[in-house]
Amino acid sequence: MIKETDNINHTVNLEIELILQAIFNKYGYDFRNYSKAHVKRRLLNRLHASKLKSISEMQHKVLYEPDYFETLLRDLSINVTEMFRDPGFYLALRKEVIPILKTYPFFKVWHAGCSTGEEVYSFAVLLMEEGIYDRAQIYATDFNHDVLDIAKKGIYPIERIKEYTANYQAAGGTQSFSDYYMANYDSVIYDQSLKKNLVFAEHNLVTDSVFAEVNLIICRNVLIYFNKELQNRVISLFYESLINGGYLGLGSKETLQFTNKYEKFAVVNNDEKIYKKKLL
Amino acid sequence: MLYKAIVLGASAGGFYALRKLIPMLPGEFSIPIVIVQHISPTSDNYMARFLDNLSEIKVKEVDEKEPLLPGHVYIAPPNYHLLIEEDRTISLSTEEKKNYSRPSIDILFETAVLAFGKELIGIILTGANNDGAEGLKKIKEAGGYCIVQDPKEAEANAMPIAAIKKSNPDKILGLTDIAIHLIEMDTNIKSGKTSKSNDTSNN
Ligand SMILES: C[S@@+](CC[C@H](N)C(=O)[O-])C[C@H]1O[C@@H](n2cnc3c(N)ncnc32)[C@H](O)[C@@H]1O
Repeated sequence: MIKETDNINHTVNLEIELILQAIFNKYGYDFRNYSKAHVKRRLLNRLHASKLKSISEMQHKVLYEPDYFETLLRDLSINVTEMFRDPGFYLALRKEVIPILKTYPFFKVWHAGCSTGEEVYSFAVLLMEEGIYDRAQIYATDFNHDVLDIAKKGIYPIERIKEYTANYQAAGGTQSFSDYYMANYDSVIYDQSLKKNLVFAEHNLVTDSVFAEVNLIICRNVLIYFNKELQNRVISLFYESLINGGYLGLGSKETLQFTNKYEKFAVVNNDEKIYKKKLL
Repeated sequence: MLYKAIVLGASAGGFYALRKLIPMLPGEFSIPIVIVQHISPTSDNYMARFLDNLSEIKVKEVDEKEPLLPGHVYIAPPNYHLLIEEDRTISLSTEEKKNYSRPSIDILFETAVLAFGKELIGIILTGANNDGAEGLKKIKEAGGYCIVQDPKEAEANAMPIAAIKKSNPDKILGLTDIAIHLIEMDTNIKSGKTSKSNDTSNN
């Protein structure tokens, strides 16, 4: 009886391997090195909601119905985000990274895995307040085009604005947060001036390569969904994309410590996971 | 039974309960323990540090991809779900809240069942919601061992009551008896005996 359930679990794991291979071959999105527990949970939830009998049935459906692939893509890319998430991170940027960026006449920033853009607008606000927005070129990328569409518009539901205002203040905001958006009855739209130097673009960290040389990369709460091997590959991509002395900011529970490139970075702020590419 | 891991969920009143339970475990306690305690998303790792200072056994807030080691207590960080991988390492996720909670006890329990099958002990302590009831049921169905804190003793009894209703646990005990029971099971594992607690019928 227990043997039986072990066996079933093995078969489910095999089915998952196969569906991920099928998705990669057909649609080019590669989830084969994502955290297995995460992928399995999301697929089994979707299986349940779709009233299908097995992952194999799901594989058939995803191969024949591109719309269903879009559903799975949304399931597998966790898009939860907020303005000034982890205010301490922004405080640390202000203190330890902005002064260096100020020494450049022009600099580039890459937000990788930017989701619906809240993090990007937060950073744009920070650059405004530090008086160096005009010197910046900001690339914000994600592999999910739906979230990029939302990010480009910069319109968000109003109900979280109170929480965001508190985050903004905790992040060292120097103005009134309402200076940066216009409120309608159920939504807010961020000020056009924040968008001027932003470029939103599709980029897949797993399958796409270096596209610019940048001074700062912010990639938060994306690596947690990858296995160690893929984390190493993506960190190498970041390493190659950074100028010497460039900065990398990760999510508060992500670390370079156990990756291959650890020696090639200096720790700038251990609590906020800010690193600096060592000069060679 | 050779249990390989303990998963534990607690909510309202949980900090106090853990403060009592964890220091009762001896330094050589060998089964890794993974804990989801509902906690405000902005709190720091104070709880882990506090419990570590009080306890013989090592208590820490988890790092992502960390392997589960004997003699360790792992606590989920605020605002992240904790998932156990089948290779017995830990993953974190920021996905939507479940049962209004992140971290969610159900998500920990459900992924732990996939990783450990019947070699798993699930424990529900005090709390004012019903997170964990579904997960405990899954542990039970997979042949794992389930313990719920006695609702009469729990600071908030809704979570223990929900868990008892849903999963018909092997034991319903006060905190001190939970500690004694766990130590006994651990000692039996270390001495190679299989625990008799499955067939003694005092519940
Ligand atoms: C949890 S969100 C993080 C959002 C934001 N950085 C934050 O911390 O609030 C993770 C994002 O990573 C994106 N993502 C996942 N895999 C990716 C990949 N291979 N390439 C690019 N983006 C990816 C998802 O679409 C999602 O928007």
